[in-house]
Amino acid sequence: MDADGVFWQGFGMPHDHDHPHSHLPSDPALRVKALETLLTNKGLVNPAALDEIIDLYQNKIGPQNGAKVVAKMWRDPEFHKQMVEDPMPVLQQMGLYGRQGEHMVFVENTDDVHNMVVCTLCSCYPWPLLGIPPGWYKSDAYRARSVREPRAVLAEFGVTLSAGQKVRVWDSTAEVRYLVVPQRPIGTEGFSQEELAALVSRDSMIGTALAQEPGA
Amino acid sequence: MSRIHDMGGRLGTGPVDPQDGYDFAEAKDWHKRALALNVACGFLGQWNIDASRHARELLDPTDYMSFSYYEKWMGGLADLMVDRGVVTVNELASGKAEGVSPIADKAAKPESVEAVLTHGSPYTRDAAGPKFAVGAVVKTRRIARNVAVPGGHTRLPAYAAGAEGVVVLQHGAHVFPDSNAHFKGEAAEPLYAVQFSAQELWGDEADPRDVVVLDLWESYLEPAQ
Repeated sequence: MDADGVFWQGFGMPHDHDHPHSHLPSDPALRVKALETLLTNKGLVNPAALDEIIDLYQNKIGPQNGAKVVAKMWRDPEFHKQMVEDPMPVLQQMGLYGRQGEHMVFVENTDDVHNMVVCTLCSCYPWPLLGIPPGWYKSDAYRARSVREPRAVLAEFGVTLSAGQKVRVWDSTAEVRYLVVPQRPIGTEGFSQEELAALVSRDSMIGTALAQEPGA
Repeated sequence: MSRIHDMGGRLGTGPVDPQDGYDFAEAKDWHKRALALNVACGFLGQWNIDASRHARELLDPTDYMSFSYYEKWMGGLADLMVDRGVVTVNELASGKAEGVSPIADKAAKPESVEAVLTHGSPYTRDAAGPKFAVGAVVKTRRIARNVAVPGGHTRLPAYAAGAEGVVVLQHGAHVFPDSNAHFKGEAAEPLYAVQFSAQELWGDEADPRDVVVLDLWESYLEPAQ
């Protein structure tokens, strides 16, 4: 309760008073367990549905999806054109669609520009193509610094840009999700789509890595 | 004054650790459970994505900075559930359910989870506009704030307030978070990608070649003089 005896004002107006979550156990693992148990007993959560959600993002949806798209963009000019001009119908056909990936924009690295993606306000990320974001993407340090000193952040990832490249940072402040298309490594002419996809890491599609050199 | 979640440009955070939490499969069990619990509770239909973001933003700054990522999610979720009348504070405190919920029929079902999550929920809507063409020079609102709800949710970061940039993409009209987060309707507006020079945002310590692009709603913007 706050001083007025009013516990919770409703999100219609912001409230900076008491926080109900403080009534849960302080240990985070116990807190999750306590809430899951309570919600299960209220019929609001089916633990088997939680298992399914975890299985989906652990085993079925991940950066292999994005790598497939990038490799196909490198190899197939018609597909490349579709991804740049109007990607959503094709991604839906390919089954690479869903929550947090409804509005994709592909941003391509060139000799002149290196792209990098962040969400400074929370942790927006293209789930259907990259899965659940890595811890560092959600860290205060990455969110704070990648817009202010992207080159210093890239150095921490071991990325050195070529002399002529500017950095373009995309701050995901809306429901549009950006995916970086890294430059295709030289010496990959004639590579199959699978061989190319193997060179495309998760970080290269966020912009904190380059595509892997063949044989590296 | 923006809330603690508005991290862009903040000093003193230390280096980024590229190895931190790389693979979800290797995440702690309770991290996975917390993620799944948040996703599953969204199926209940008692709030929207903007409200759930705002719930995390309303965490006390001390909690926000000391909580790990999924603790923030859990804190926001518990607060939101009480706010929306889905659970009571007594239930949270005691851990004991006061009967089965009247909305239990909305609970996520194991057999439909994948279909729902791979179906998506687009945020584009029909609305008038857009007012600004690609190439238009625009200036962002200063101060970065929700003009309808004092202290409310907004997606204009403080670091980009009062800055001049160029429209580089039109995204169509999107649900407006400043309204939707407070259950005041979707109020869709044209959304733009606006590019700013890094020096416009950070001064001459930024590299003169670099740029930052943000997605910004039309009402955050005015024509540059």
